[in-house]
Amino acid sequence: MVHGEIWTLKELFVYPNEYIYWSIQIVMYPFMTGLVAGAFVLSSLYHVFGIKELKEMARFALVFSFALLFAAPMPIVLHLQHPFRGINVFMTPHFTSAIAAFGIVFFAYGAIVASELWFLYRKHFVEVALPLKEKKDKGLFEWIKFLVFCSLTLGVYDLSEESLKRDEKAIKVLAGIGIPVACFLHGYAGFIFGSVKANALWMTPLMPVIFIMSAIVSGIALCMLTYIIVMEVRKIKIKSLRKPWRSVRLDSEMSQEDVKGAEISVIKITAKYLLLFMIFAITLELLDLVFRGYTAVKHWDILRTVIYQKDFTNIFLLQYTFGNLIPFVLFLIPGLTIRRAIIGLVLAMMGVFMMRWNVVIGGQAFSLTLSGYMEYIMPIVPRDWETFKEGLGGAVSIFVMPFVLFWIMARIFPVFNAEEKPAAH
Amino acid sequence: MISRRDFIKYSLQGIAVIAVPLTAIEIINPSKLFASKGAKKIRWGFLVDTEKCVGCGFCVKACQNENEIPYDINASRTWVERYVLTKDGKVLADSPKAGRDGFITGRIELGQGKYQDIKNEDIEKAFFVPKLCNQCENPPCVQVCPVGATYQTEDGVVLVDRKWCIGCGYCIMACPYGVRFFHPVYHAAEKCNFCYHRITKGLKTACVQACPFGARLIGNINDPNDEVGRIIRTERVSVLKDEFGTKPQVYYRGLSKEVR
Ligand code: SF4
Ligand code: SF4
Repeated sequence: MVHGEIWTLKELFVYPNEYIYWSIQIVMYPFMTGLVAGAFVLSSLYHVFGIKELKEMARFALVFSFALLFAAPMPIVLHLQHPFRGINVFMTPHFTSAIAAFGIVFFAYGAIVASELWFLYRKHFVEVALPLKEKKDKGLFEWIKFLVFCSLTLGVYDLSEESLKRDEKAIKVLAGIGIPVACFLHGYAGFIFGSVKANALWMTPLMPVIFIMSAIVSGIALCMLTYIIVMEVRKIKIKSLRKPWRSVRLDSEMSQEDVKGAEISVIKITAKYLLLFMIFAITLELLDLVFRGYTAVKHWDILRTVIYQKDFTNIFLLQYTFGNLIPFVLFLIPGLTIRRAIIGLVLAMMGVFMMRWNVVIGGQAFSLTLSGYMEYIMPIVPRDWETFKEGLGGAVSIFVMPFVLFWIMARIFPVFNAEEKPAAH
Repeated sequence: MISRRDFIKYSLQGIAVIAVPLTAIEIINPSKLFASKGAKKIRWGFLVDTEKCVGCGFCVKACQNENEIPYDINASRTWVERYVLTKDGKVLADSPKAGRDGFITGRIELGQGKYQDIKNEDIEKAFFVPKLCNQCENPPCVQVCPVGATYQTEDGVVLVDRKWCIGCGYCIMACPYGVRFFHPVYHAAEKCNFCYHRITKGLKTACVQACPFGARLIGNINDPNDEVGRIIRTERVSVLKDEFGTKPQVYYRGLSKEVR
């Protein structure tokens, strides 16, 4: 069987070699890089533009962006027919290709996020490492912890007022450079599609911009969502620890302050930015649609049947109505509650995912003959490795990955109240 | 202590010493040498005469044999399309099994296991169009390959390095003619290469050799004595989808506007 045959349904006149070659993993790729970029932009809103209300969210978003960063190239690797040859991109990069620069952009961006994180958490590393260094009889776990944090300090133990000031400046600069690079990282994913002249649906110079806007929407939504969940879980955990029959002695300095759940004020402010970027994204998408309909060139006939008939549910119901309109209204109605926010956020993220789906899969829903259709039947129950990785299983694994990474990273980079709480007791 | 004057002197000498062998390499650049002799480069071109094609599918079979394409897969380096225009103005087209087994019945394949029977008396006109890689002068597939596994040779043929292709599929997406697919055994991008291993040895491509009606021709279109070159220069020919700016080098005689 030819690659792609198993999940492609052909209708009417389609060239014999045409199949859905870019399947769910290529939907996941822009979705994940979008989350990376969005999370980073959110964190930069505080660091660069000094939006005070986002302070807590900023720290969180940065760590999350870092976790997402590791998951972002995975869809591509899973998609390749020869994953182990992926390294060839670094050995013989062919720079006329939009994909060739991926490694460079990706590592440049990774370096920026990593160094920003380091400046942000340097104080914390030193505070953990120093007491452990002095401690005489370290256990195995403490040894490991000591070694990890010791190396993380990179040998810099200077915590003077002056040096911390300098840290802050560095963070600001890095976050500033990071914004255009994050946008580039993602806009560039849009370019990969937008520059394919063979594909009537993809080819538009608006593609990178649309991608960036919706990326920021999804990134903000995911950060807010995770923030709410983490805060609420913490609240529940601490409350259960406080139960009188528990023998655990709580730290005296753990005040009422720590027990609070997600703060609605933070959510409200962040939601404003979410709405702002959502408006940009929808405006551009509609502009694109109207323009295509108005100019109605050769391929509009088939595009119209795809957009208004074949993919109607995916585009107008799932993406625009459930993914854009409803969350929009939910956030606009005054008196936002956490529960309403959660619903809105989940829907907004689904909207962005559907947008990616409608671009990637929708772009292959019609044949190059302009007189035939193809349908992607996503493999749900895997039959072999290929139907696993390019089916539901592969997509879910990619989506779960950053959360696991985030959980691990949060051990090293405490995301909440890191300044108030010295780590070792 | 080295003086500034000496430093500059030695540096310049050093640069000169390095530069000499580099210029030597430049001087013996083979392609420039070739060009300087006045010989015009080879440019492989293809001519399909749709008026002559009867849709027998021999070319498709020959190609599959020649190029290690498993017999029963649903993809092919070359294929034959059938176009049927009915009296009530409908345009139907298909290419079942890439046209490998010929077109013997009036049943048009509609995909998903559906067929439509067309009676002979309902047909206004019908014809066959063989397709293959256009070996574009400006190939988008080469442009988008991130590792350079797809490349263009000096004589204009676009090749794929099966051992270097990472299988991203970007070239498949970029080709406006849908000629590429993944080889089921090598899992690398696959397409017609004008039987490069044959034409460079003075043979014809497998499909040209197999066609009993002379509907397919290949030649060096830069050669003034070449048949294909002569027809392209002196007769009325057209190419497929020239709006993409790919400058295809497979020329067609008798193309109709319904052809996709
Ligand atoms: S026809 Fe397609 S595969 Fe062949 S050279 Fe042109 S773009 Fe590349
Ligand atoms: S599938 Fe292979 S030949 Fe095609 S663009 Fe990717 S690496 Fe290049």
